[in-house]
Amino acid sequence: MSEPRTLLAIDDVSKSFGRVTAVDGISLDIRENEFFALLGPSGCGKTTLLRMLAGFETPTDGRILLDGKDIARTPPNKRPVNLMFQSYALFPHMSVRANVSYGLEMERLPSAEIRSRVDAILGTTELVPFADRKPEQLSGGQKQRVALARALVKRPRLLLLDEPLGALDKKLRGAMQLELKRLQHEVGITFVIVTHDQEESLVMADRMAVLKDGKLLQCDTPHAIYEHPADRFVADFIGVMNFVPGTASIDGVMAASGARIAGKVPPALSPGAAAVASVRPERIRLFPSADTANRTTGAVEALAYQGLDLQLHVRTPLSPKPFLVRVTADAADRRPVSSGDQVELGWDAADVRIFKE
Amino acid sequence: MAPALVWLTALMVVPCALVLALAFFRRGIYGGIDYTFTLENFGLVFDPLYAGIFLKSARIAGTATLIAVVIGYAAAYATAAAPRRWQPIFLFFAVLPFWSNYLIRTYAWIVLLNREGLVTQLLRWFGYTGEPPSMLYTEGAVIAGLVYNYLPFVILACYAPLSRLNPELAEASRDLGASAMTTFRRVILPLTVPGIAAGAVFVFVLSIGNFVTPALLGGGRFQMIGNLVYDQFLTANDWPFGAALAMALIAIMLLVLMAQALAADRAAGRAAEVKADG
Repeated sequence: MSEPRTLLAIDDVSKSFGRVTAVDGISLDIRENEFFALLGPSGCGKTTLLRMLAGFETPTDGRILLDGKDIARTPPNKRPVNLMFQSYALFPHMSVRANVSYGLEMERLPSAEIRSRVDAILGTTELVPFADRKPEQLSGGQKQRVALARALVKRPRLLLLDEPLGALDKKLRGAMQLELKRLQHEVGITFVIVTHDQEESLVMADRMAVLKDGKLLQCDTPHAIYEHPADRFVADFIGVMNFVPGTASIDGVMAASGARIAGKVPPALSPGAAAVASVRPERIRLFPSADTANRTTGAVEALAYQGLDLQLHVRTPLSPKPFLVRVTADAADRRPVSSGDQVELGWDAADVRIFKE
Repeated sequence: MAPALVWLTALMVVPCALVLALAFFRRGIYGGIDYTFTLENFGLVFDPLYAGIFLKSARIAGTATLIAVVIGYAAAYATAAAPRRWQPIFLFFAVLPFWSNYLIRTYAWIVLLNREGLVTQLLRWFGYTGEPPSMLYTEGAVIAGLVYNYLPFVILACYAPLSRLNPELAEASRDLGASAMTTFRRVILPLTVPGIAAGAVFVFVLSIGNFVTPALLGGGRFQMIGNLVYDQFLTANDWPFGAALAMALIAIMLLVLMAQALAADRAAGRAAEVKADG
């Protein structure tokens, strides 16, 4: 397979507001037709970066190359990039059809073409029955689809989505995540989504970038980031992680309790340095076989039944916080545990990730 | 509710009813009132002489309204676009003239527009040596006075919808390919029309019945309806005709206010209908 083409290159971009640096030297490549997520806690600079891609902010430094051309200083109405706003920003005085037609009217297209393209996108987004309604007559999910249709009908090279599902309730959000994926596939447009919801980006993104304090921490596929986080912050931010603090040794981490957690130590970490060993809850087994590399015992403090699996909080000598363990419903049926039970936990050295503390 | 009704009856309904009743009587030969029923007074209102003054008043009020809306909207726009902490300060300066008396504010314009007033002095300072321009006691001076006095109403009425406007709407318009001008014309302006209408009605209604400004800045012979009513009551001693003129003026104001209320009501009704339907 040939290397996918780079559509947008963010080249060492920084943005300062007075003395505050919102985006600090970020470089990223976004590929043709991918679903890319910018993820990070609030204040990490992801929205500022998105607004620079849309043209509402100008970078203090760096270049933004779209198809190789620097667009960092091109005004928003002159770039083949559209933004779906967090508030949707539908024009309240216009019908759904007028909202969707607006962008094509700005391109001065013939009215017959506008009509047919608007009809087509209203069909794709299942909005035909609502074409004559005003935004205030629509539900949250319908408004979101209008905002999407209004941006997609312009056939942008790049569609930016600012927390597109933030205003929807949880159940609708799940359905909309899949809907967005399906639409992206259907229209073949590159999507860049900004979100603070790590679950959302894991579900939707082909690749994602994790940002913190204006800096890029890691950019990779959701799977690679989940399995091989670049640092302790990413490990903690993406998914759930159990941490064992201690000091680094050649082949693991010595916990304060004296126990040794076996795992691969990154080369940058010299023995004796403060380190933290981590393991995902689903990698921990109850009552492991004797040859399991890492083993500990603890008391079950709490159980949370979640249908598909069972979540246990186990108090161990390894860490001040209880260990979180996920057991499949199947395994839980075979050997039931209840609150207060002493259990044995075990996990492989290959499932341990070690970071600088 | 009840005290308000008493208040309204005593101060609004009774005086208006008295004036209305007055309009149906004859003028006494030596002034005073001859209590015989007649519709003559209303007929006289449509006499070309007086109808002309009505039209002129409407024209002057209309011009003042137009100018006040353009300036007031621009000022409100600039205020709403300013950093949040500056906005109350700008608004404070906009309404500052209200702290002084209407008469004094209008007199200030005499000082400005006088033959050897501030404007002329300023022109001289720039090297102008000819005859001083005659600005005072013109229609222009009256319009300037009306605009100046009622501008704060327009600024406040337009600021409200402009400051509530979601800034992302303008950004969305730009994002979809519209220029700044098109964004203003197709998104910002239509969404702030209710504020413009409210401000415009205010200026128009207050201007068309005004008599202080035309009397002071228009000179003694300059007449608007307000001056005509004033003259009938206080100079010509023709109270019945003055009452008929006042009623005609009130009718015009009511029509304008009703038209605005109807338009606002229709907009609100449409919204309500939409909600019930959805």
